[in-house]
Amino acid sequence: MATLEIHDLHVSVEAENGPREILKGVDLTIKQGETHAVMGPNGSGKSTLAYSLAGHPKYTITGGTVTLDGEDVLEMSVDERARAGVFLAMQYPVEVPGVSVSNFLRTSATAVRGEAPKLRTWVKEVKEAMEKLQMDPAFAERNVNEGFSGGEKKRHEILQLELLKPKIAILDETDSGLDVDALRIVSEGVNRVRETGEVGTLLITHYTRILRYIKPDFVHVFANGRIVESGGAELADQLENEGYDKYVKGGASA
Amino acid sequence: MAEAQQNIPAGSTTAGSIAVAAESTVATRMSAPPSFDVADFPVPHGREEEWRFTPLERLRGLHDGTAVATGEGVRVEIEAPEGVTVETVGRDDARLGKAGTPVDRVAAQAYTSFEKASVVTVAKEAVLTEPVRITVHGEGGVAFGHQVIELGAFAEAVVVLDHTGDAVLAANVDYVLGDGAKLTVVSVQDWDEKAVHVAQHNALVGRDASFKSVVVTFGGDVVRIHPRVTYAAPGGEAELFGLYFTDAGQHQEHRLLVTHNVPHCKSNVAYKGALQGQDAHAVWIGDVLIEAKAEGTDTYELNRNLVLTDGARVDSVPNLEIETGEIAGAGHASATGRFDDEQLFYLMARGIPEAEARRLVVRGFFAELVQQIGLPDVEERLIAKIEAELEASV
Repeated sequence: MATLEIHDLHVSVEAENGPREILKGVDLTIKQGETHAVMGPNGSGKSTLAYSLAGHPKYTITGGTVTLDGEDVLEMSVDERARAGVFLAMQYPVEVPGVSVSNFLRTSATAVRGEAPKLRTWVKEVKEAMEKLQMDPAFAERNVNEGFSGGEKKRHEILQLELLKPKIAILDETDSGLDVDALRIVSEGVNRVRETGEVGTLLITHYTRILRYIKPDFVHVFANGRIVESGGAELADQLENEGYDKYVKGGASA
Repeated sequence: MAEAQQNIPAGSTTAGSIAVAAESTVATRMSAPPSFDVADFPVPHGREEEWRFTPLERLRGLHDGTAVATGEGVRVEIEAPEGVTVETVGRDDARLGKAGTPVDRVAAQAYTSFEKASVVTVAKEAVLTEPVRITVHGEGGVAFGHQVIELGAFAEAVVVLDHTGDAVLAANVDYVLGDGAKLTVVSVQDWDEKAVHVAQHNALVGRDASFKSVVVTFGGDVVRIHPRVTYAAPGGEAELFGLYFTDAGQHQEHRLLVTHNVPHCKSNVAYKGALQGQDAHAVWIGDVLIEAKAEGTDTYELNRNLVLTDGARVDSVPNLEIETGEIAGAGHASATGRFDDEQLFYLMARGIPEAEARRLVVRGFFAELVQQIGLPDVEERLIAKIEAELEASV
């Protein structure tokens, strides 16, 4: 069973007046089949955690370990992490001019699966996945994320999640900027992947709204660069009612 | 009419204008009127509008008269199918210089200095099934060249003009299209790294004739190509496509002028370039002039640049000048974008290795343009060349 173990993770970014520590010792273990919601106020470091796990060059790991089934994730390049089974659905997916969605998906699937998917089954697979996410087939011929609406970008991220079948899926504020319909469609996509039981999900969010559609097994409150409280789904209800106030008192940026 | 300019990387300038003027600024921007005689042009100092982007000190004397033809300049070979006449003629042949007059000092120097010219004639109504191949191979010397490709009425031909090797070459090429003729010319600049090549390409498009020019520049130290189109009668069409891949230290300059001097003609310009490496410099000047009498003109020009690394520079200057309101359409667009770390991260975060990610982006960038060439063997060669350029970079 695939397990992602984050232990005492410290991460800095380069700021104007030298390095600034954003993550201050994160401990979290995600097993295949589990869904962990990480919730916290803006600026608490949630997205930094997501991007650090994916290997974004902007973030410097200053301490701690991350392993996937015992393998050192921090030693891997960005593409190696993806091929090892770590997937990051981004909050702000990047436009890639000149590259069509269909070409991108196939190249990506080829890289992750280690061989080119057979053309016939692949076309069918993509078509079905797009239908489930209520995406127009014409979408496949557009350039990656170019001119996509916010909702289209998120559907495209979840489409990749469904096709790439990672071991660990990190969803960074996938709910942000979505209307209720889009949120439901995207959540259903995530749930289809979760129901396979083969993915461990790290759901990063500011709001509890998405948790009505995606039921977490564990909820963690993130504040000031670390997890300050963990519990079950009921913790989300408490946050819904009380907000983050009690966690940010005493200096954490809001 | 003008598309917004976007994603301008540091170190590039992109400027454009649409002028509606009584007096032609395209003409007044040149420092001397067109002439076949080099003596009519002062030696450029580099601040003239037509020279301000060009590194004169790297032209090896083509601009100031110090470059002198050597015996071992370039070797020109012409392979032509049936229906084509190939001649080598002297300076006094009446068919030379009909499509246009040199507009700058290097073109005039070429016209003043060449000794023999090649004239390729496709007979009236001949429809070639094989391309004419003109190979210009640099032998390491200095050369001045002149080529004429003339199509009789309703003739159809494809000409591939291939530049390889090492040379310092200034040349003029004339394309003369009879009524209803169809000519596709592919000029490939696949020079070795030290070559210097400055050329003016003049096309004179006959009544209802179609001219398609594909200019492909990969190699050379300095390459400066100046494709120009004028129309002999109404109904003509010109498509000017270009593709360049500018590496570290290279200067590749494409300066286009389409003069709509008769009514009811069309022109469509699309140039795309990728740049990588320190001091890679691409220049694109796209001038279109619609004269007062050219009613019913339909024209569009586009330039796109993809900057792959830091240290490269693009100057892209579209300029559309319209002297009549009675036109079907006119527009231009220029955009320079960069392949940046965020795009790379996004692709790699989907398992795609870095080199593959770059290939994906560059292939995609050029694909649409390559497909418009319509010559499968040229297309394949271009794609292979683009791949090789990318291999060399990683």
